[in-house]
Amino acid sequence: MSSLPRAHELGLIGCHVCGLVCRDVPDLHDAACPRCGAALHRRKLGSFVRTWALLIAAFFFYIPANVLPIMRTVSLGDVDDNTILSGVVELWVKGSPDLAVIVFTASIVVPMLKFLAMSLLLITAHRRTAWAQRQRAKLYRLVEFIGYWSMLDVFVVALLTALVQFGILSLVEPLPGVVFFGLTVVLTMLASMSFDPRLIWDSKETHD
Amino acid sequence: MNAPQQALDGKEANNLMICEHCDTVYRRRELARGETARCLRCDAVLERHQRIGTNGMLALVLTAMVVFIQANIWPIVTLGLNGQEISTTLWGTIIMMWNDHSQVVAILAAGTLFFFPLAKMLTLGWVLFFARRGERAPGFATAMTILHYVGPWTMNEVFVLGALVAIVKAHVYFDVLPNPGIFAYAVLMLLITIFASVDMRRLWDLTEAPPA
Repeated sequence: MSSLPRAHELGLIGCHVCGLVCRDVPDLHDAACPRCGAALHRRKLGSFVRTWALLIAAFFFYIPANVLPIMRTVSLGDVDDNTILSGVVELWVKGSPDLAVIVFTASIVVPMLKFLAMSLLLITAHRRTAWAQRQRAKLYRLVEFIGYWSMLDVFVVALLTALVQFGILSLVEPLPGVVFFGLTVVLTMLASMSFDPRLIWDSKETHD
Repeated sequence: MNAPQQALDGKEANNLMICEHCDTVYRRRELARGETARCLRCDAVLERHQRIGTNGMLALVLTAMVVFIQANIWPIVTLGLNGQEISTTLWGTIIMMWNDHSQVVAILAAGTLFFFPLAKMLTLGWVLFFARRGERAPGFATAMTILHYVGPWTMNEVFVLGALVAIVKAHVYFDVLPNPGIFAYAVLMLLITIFASVDMRRLWDLTEAPPA
C-alpha cells in the first residue's frame, strides 16, 4: 500500500453527494449513503460515455453558434448582423479593448479550451496513463471553475434586446446563434460535471 | 437500503475524509484560523477553516434575500435616445427574450439568474435556521442534496459582467444611466462569492440527527 492510500485500497467509499466515508461492499447495486441517502458509486456512472456524448453534442451546437449571427441591430433601416467574433471586433474598434479581451476570453477561448481540455482528459484517462496526473487534475478544476462564464455573451444579447427598443430609430433582436451558443455552454457544463476526476488517478502503474 | 452494511462506526467516519478529486483517504484534524487542507496527491482543497459560524451564515443569507428582491424589482439600466428613455429589469429581459423567438435563452436566464439562486437561498436559509441550534431541519438530507445539485447553476456574477459589457456597447450610441438594480446585483455578487467559499457539507457535522 502506498503512503497515500486510496479509498478502494482501504475498502472505503466516499459519498459523492455528502462526502461521508462509508464501507465499500462487493455488491454496490442499490447501496445508499447511510447519511444522505444518495446512491453510492466508486466512480461516476458511465463517466466516459456520458462525457463524450455531451461534449460531442456541445460541439455540434458550437458550430452554428459561431457561424450564425447572434444579434441584429437595425437603425433607420440599416440592418447589421453580428456574430460572436464580429461583436468582439466591434467592441475592440469602438474603444474598449479591455472588455473586448474579456468577451473574447469568455466566448471564444473558454469554449475552445473546454473542448480541447475535456478531450485530452478523456483520452488520457481512458488510456490509464500516469502522464502529468497532477497537471491534468488542475486542468480539470480550471475547466470546472471557468466554464459558466461563457454565458456572458448570452446575457449581453438578452440585455441589449430588452433595452434597445426605440422603434425605427434603433432596435436590437436576438438571432438563432445565441440560442445555439447558450445550449453549447449548458452542454459543456454538463460534460465537465459528468467526468470523474478520480479516473485521472486510476493509472495502470502507480508511482507513489 | 442496506445502510447498516455500509455505515462505519460514527467516530471512525468522522475522523476520515476522502479527497473528492482523486479518492485519497486522509485522517481529519482541526484546522486553525486561516488554514486550508490540501490533497497531497492532486492538490485539491480538502477543507478550509470556516471563520463564519452558522449564525453569521444565516445573517448573510437573509441579507442576500433582501438584496435579491431589490435586484429583481429595481430597473438595471436606462437607455436614452433623443429624449426617449427605456429601462429594463431582469424579468423584463427574460420576457423580451421569450417574445423574440429565443425561448431557450429566456429559460436559461430565468433558471440561472432567478429560480436556482432563489432555491439556493431558501434552502440554505431553511437549513441554517435549524442548524444554529444544532438541529437538523425537517427534510435536511433532501435540502442538502438540492444544494449539492443547484450549486453550479447560479450565474448572477456572470450577469453583472454581462450588464457591464452591454452598458459599454450601448454607450457608443445611447445615453446610458445605470439604475439601482445594477448596484444591488453587484452586492449580490459579493455575497455569492462569500457563500461559494463555504463548504455547506460541514453542516452535517455541526448538526445532530434527531433520535429515531
